[in-house]
Amino acid sequence: MGNGVIVEAALAAGAEALFGYPITPTTEVLQFWAEKKAKNKKLIFMQAEDEMAAGFATIGACLAGKKAFNVTAGPGNVLAQDPFSMAEAMRIPIVVIIGQRGGPSTGTVIYSQQEVLLTTHGGNGEGFRIVFSPTNLQELYDFTIEAFNTAWTYFFPTFVLTDGYLCKEKSIVDLHKAQKVVKPKPIFEKGKVLNLRNCYDMEEEIYEKVEEISKEFNKIASRVVRFEEYKLADAKYIIFAHGSVAASCRVAVDILRQKKIKAGLFIPKTLSPFPENQIKKALLGKKKIFVVESSLGQFSMLVQSVVYGSSLPFFEYLKPALGIMPEEIVNFVKEHK
Amino acid sequence: MKPPFPKCFKKETKPSKFCPGCGQSIILKMLGEVIDELGISSSVVYGCDIGCMLLSWDFFDLNTVQTHHGRTVPTLVGLKKANPEFVAIAYMGDGGAYAIGSQHFLAAAHRNDPITIIVANNTNYAMTGGQMAPTTFLGEKTTTTPQGRSFESEGKPMLGPELVRFINSDAYVARGSSLYPLKLKEYFKKAILHQTNRKSLAFVEVLSACPTNWRTDAKATIEFLKNLEKNYPLGEK
Repeated sequence: MGNGVIVEAALAAGAEALFGYPITPTTEVLQFWAEKKAKNKKLIFMQAEDEMAAGFATIGACLAGKKAFNVTAGPGNVLAQDPFSMAEAMRIPIVVIIGQRGGPSTGTVIYSQQEVLLTTHGGNGEGFRIVFSPTNLQELYDFTIEAFNTAWTYFFPTFVLTDGYLCKEKSIVDLHKAQKVVKPKPIFEKGKVLNLRNCYDMEEEIYEKVEEISKEFNKIASRVVRFEEYKLADAKYIIFAHGSVAASCRVAVDILRQKKIKAGLFIPKTLSPFPENQIKKALLGKKKIFVVESSLGQFSMLVQSVVYGSSLPFFEYLKPALGIMPEEIVNFVKEHK
Repeated sequence: MKPPFPKCFKKETKPSKFCPGCGQSIILKMLGEVIDELGISSSVVYGCDIGCMLLSWDFFDLNTVQTHHGRTVPTLVGLKKANPEFVAIAYMGDGGAYAIGSQHFLAAAHRNDPITIIVANNTNYAMTGGQMAPTTFLGEKTTTTPQGRSFESEGKPMLGPELVRFINSDAYVARGSSLYPLKLKEYFKKAILHQTNRKSLAFVEVLSACPTNWRTDAKATIEFLKNLEKNYPLGEK
């Protein structure tokens, strides 16, 4: 299942430590990792007392130079914003897997796409986070490996934002060797001196710090951004979707094409940084914009911020915490084309 | 002749930012001397919590990290698990350890994580202006207990070392006072050796002077500290 794929990917990427607190739909990541640890004494595992502890322990392990990750979901994602915010401020390369579940509150343990804003922009900061959104299990594997490489190359907290469907789904995945494994670099080294903080005395100091991080983040954005264009070249109708819903949209586009309706799909695979320039280019020659997601418009807000100023009609198909089938998307596009 | 600073002090950040008369200057000096004497400066990672102790983020010429409120313990637990060669010292206030971070503090004590935790107990939240802490004693006036802490509404003060002793028989546990620096130094030394040699949790609470929020002069500060010993008995537990 997806949770097993995450563990295999983490190992392929050279991860050595997992800190987590059991929460559905991601709990099996802890179980599978604990099984791996039982066979490999070099691996580190801690079932923490809560999600905050798990997040801060992940930071501690990164400080010591281990590739460490954290896995959580829903209300756990809310609690872990505390450590995520610290990792953002101090450029700690934590990797976090989020298995979205229904919200608000305890919600459901099953599925949603409602943790988009929390994961990309949670915390009392500016969202200096890298967030991948895989559409299927193969991408879950590939992006989890990429997340570790990205985190330890650019030193920004890096997330793989998946969902309960993908966590529990089974399918055939190529568990290939990682093409590239970036070596971890200890932040604290024995015999060296480094004083780290996240609290500043004056407004000007924190202003300068935020500007500095922002510049770095913008500089690497073009290297980190991932996206897919599906049958977009001659499309009149451009659909935006991410994650599991994007997989459903691929099927919907195929059906629409069979019906001679020229639909195409743009899938951002990083939600942060967001493929802004690529989206602006993709809009050229299109007649209408569709956004499909399992939330009441969180992903749509990201799209709208890029298409602002466009005169193209804009349609949203929003089903918070519900899965979306290709036929529904087909019907929606047909109704509004 | 002035007594010398410990070698592990960062001289360019002295004088420190602590208020005049603050117990933390004594606590950190004793800790610094112990680090020097044990010759462990290259392997120490010092973590400081939020509250007045965050002012110590660059106090030492050591690897140091200032964390979030109450989260110094899990940060250092993760670090220690990742590299057991580090000597992890978490320095926190009574609010960080016994209120906002109490789940981490108790979980680490319960798991017997091999780190050293030092908690400064000044019976109030000093950095934010003298609010009630878990350690505010009954009848003590703070800015959020203007009539004095009452048993009926705020309950009894927290006894950290006694609690840790109760849940962990392997830990080193002691309570000292900034009034008796040399005794404190002895506790700190044992607390670090307990981490390195016994691979167990070590915890020292320190009654720490806070003349600013106690609104006491030098003489009254010493009396205040002495009085605290009635509520918070000193010694190894």
